Amino acid sequence: MNLNDQTIGNDILPGDIRPHINTELQNGKPLFVSHRKPLEESLENPIPQIMVKELNFYYGRQKALSKVSLGIPAKKATALIGPSGCGKSTLLRTFSRMNDLIANARIEGTVTIDGRNIYDRDTDVVELRRRVGMVFQKSTPFPKSIYDNVAYGLRIVGIRDKKTLDQIVEKSLRQAVLWEEVKDNLGKSALALSGGQQQRLCIARALAVGPEILLMDEPCSALDPNATARIEELIFELKDDYTVVIVTHNMQQAVRVSDFTAFLYLGELIEFGSTQKIFTVPKDRRTEAYLTGKFG
Amino acid sequence: MNGRKSFKDDEFSFDMNTMTGISSAWSETKIKERVLTQFNQTRARRNIINATAVYGLSFCAILVLFCLFNIIFHLLVQGFSSLNRDFFLQLPKPVGEPGGGTANAIVGTLILLIVAVLVGVPIGLGAGIYLSEYAHQRFAQAVRFTTDVMNGIPSIVFGIFAWTILVVPFKSFSALSGGIALGIMMIPMITRTTEGFVRMVPVPLREAGLAIGTPKWRVIKDIVVPSSLGGIVTGIMVSLARVAGETAPLLFTAFGNHFWHSSLLAPIAALPLQIFSYAISPFEDWHRQAWAGALVLILIVFVINLCSSYFVGRQRRMFSSHK
Ligand SMILES: Nc1ncnc2c1ncn2[C@@H]1O[C@H](COP(=O)(O)OP(=O)(O)OP(=O)(O)O)[C@@H](O)[C@H]1O
Ligand SMILES: [Mg+2]
Repeated sequence: MNLNDQTIGNDILPGDIRPHINTELQNGKPLFVSHRKPLEESLENPIPQIMVKELNFYYGRQKALSKVSLGIPAKKATALIGPSGCGKSTLLRTFSRMNDLIANARIEGTVTIDGRNIYDRDTDVVELRRRVGMVFQKSTPFPKSIYDNVAYGLRIVGIRDKKTLDQIVEKSLRQAVLWEEVKDNLGKSALALSGGQQQRLCIARALAVGPEILLMDEPCSALDPNATARIEELIFELKDDYTVVIVTHNMQQAVRVSDFTAFLYLGELIEFGSTQKIFTVPKDRRTEAYLTGKFG
Repeated sequence: MNGRKSFKDDEFSFDMNTMTGISSAWSETKIKERVLTQFNQTRARRNIINATAVYGLSFCAILVLFCLFNIIFHLLVQGFSSLNRDFFLQLPKPVGEPGGGTANAIVGTLILLIVAVLVGVPIGLGAGIYLSEYAHQRFAQAVRFTTDVMNGIPSIVFGIFAWTILVVPFKSFSALSGGIALGIMMIPMITRTTEGFVRMVPVPLREAGLAIGTPKWRVIKDIVVPSSLGGIVTGIMVSLARVAGETAPLLFTAFGNHFWHSSLLAPIAALPLQIFSYAISPFEDWHRQAWAGALVLILIVFVINLCSSYFVGRQRRMFSSHK
């Protein structure tokens, strides 16, 4: 099957405005094929901040991502959806090189953030990860106090001034809608918080170091509906200032929080476009089948 | 197309028939009956095995307690009377004179343990962390094997080793060589426990550290090691308790001394050595002092164990979700 040839032509970039239209030829075909160019839509659509090009990813022999190409727009929320095991987490983690830690993992292709290939040899991974924050499925508070959890990243950067720390900690906790609940107990162990609070703490911690991009891997999957709603609201607000990429199994959640949606299936990017379009008029029958609950 | 489809249907119904065939032979009631009969038949046997397990295992547990209490009881009976001020503050008296104490040996043991900790802890800790965090699988395997072998080496061999490299060249028995012999003995134990506990720190926690732009070494220092500190400290305490009572590696390193040691490069007294030499002496008074020395040694080990369980508790508290 020559699925790639079909899918490559899909919305690599939502809305089709690209700073550099790619004219490279791939198997005799232009890499990015423009289907449509509605002017009013492209004006609303921002410049992609993360460009993924022809990405292959292997865990040892097993191929987890196959020829994935997409451009994730700045200051928007993009949802990655697809059945379990299709490579959503793998793709998300390539954006901050978290897969570097996995033995035997191998990557081909490029991931470009703000014009720089992050897989270049001279990339400072620590710096990259400060700019690209990540929130995990299971909340991962450090065994420290609430305050120290948020301040940790700042101290790493070298900020020692108590007043500055206080201010940034408060701002981040407010951003993560946690401040009111914890302001009197900042010295308490973060492990004593509830699951939902811990997750918001992790978001505050990620925000404290001033990232531009926030990656979230099923951030609500361990939370009750109430906590989920709060985090969704939070994501909705965050995308004014941050580029948010969120993996979710919850279709309603994808609709609620995201502007763009990428559907992955068996390691391939099947479809990418505005959330509204994907959910109302999916182009690929596999997307449709997934959204209507036929598999996954 | 049509023909193929109906063929498939045939195949399918054929399968279904076979399956119903099986399930009629083993109807639900029949299965229940069969299981129940078997269950009743084996009841007596099961009860016996169960009782044997419960009584047998608890007997073993009681035996452990019995041994421990017997030893402690013996030590108390034989040695408690000698545990007076003099025992802790005085030097041994010359042969024949009654009284005197083992102040030099108690201090000596503490000094030897401090030297052992200074040698064993940094190396064991470093090696353990390295094995868990950085080492390649092959190399880690090799080191792990080495530590296991080292754990099995008789303690006197460590004494011989320290003797060859530290006593012979310096032409003197010394506190330093004894402490180093004990420290080397601690290394494999600490390495293994440290590696084990550090490895147990969940990967997502490390990833969370790295994900906010933390260099790996700082993640290890600030998150991984503190998270496993209770376990690490316990490992150190246990290994310390184990070497605290070692006699063999001290025989030709620390050597023993009836007086205060003059320096770390001179022979030094140690409780296990003192106990040994007093126990094989022909004097009643020294026998009693040997018992008292053993009591003090056990007390030291006991205190070390108490500390370690404090650290385990602290670790637990830190990781429990309730304050
Ligand atoms: N560390 C790993 N080592 C080996 N294989 C892995 C590893 N992580 C993931 N995989 C494999 O890669 C494929 C994609 O995994 P990934 O975690 O990206 O899927 P996912 O879409 O996030 O699934 P889920 O929705 O269940 O989280 C799976 O087949 C999985 O088995
Ligand atoms: Mg996943």
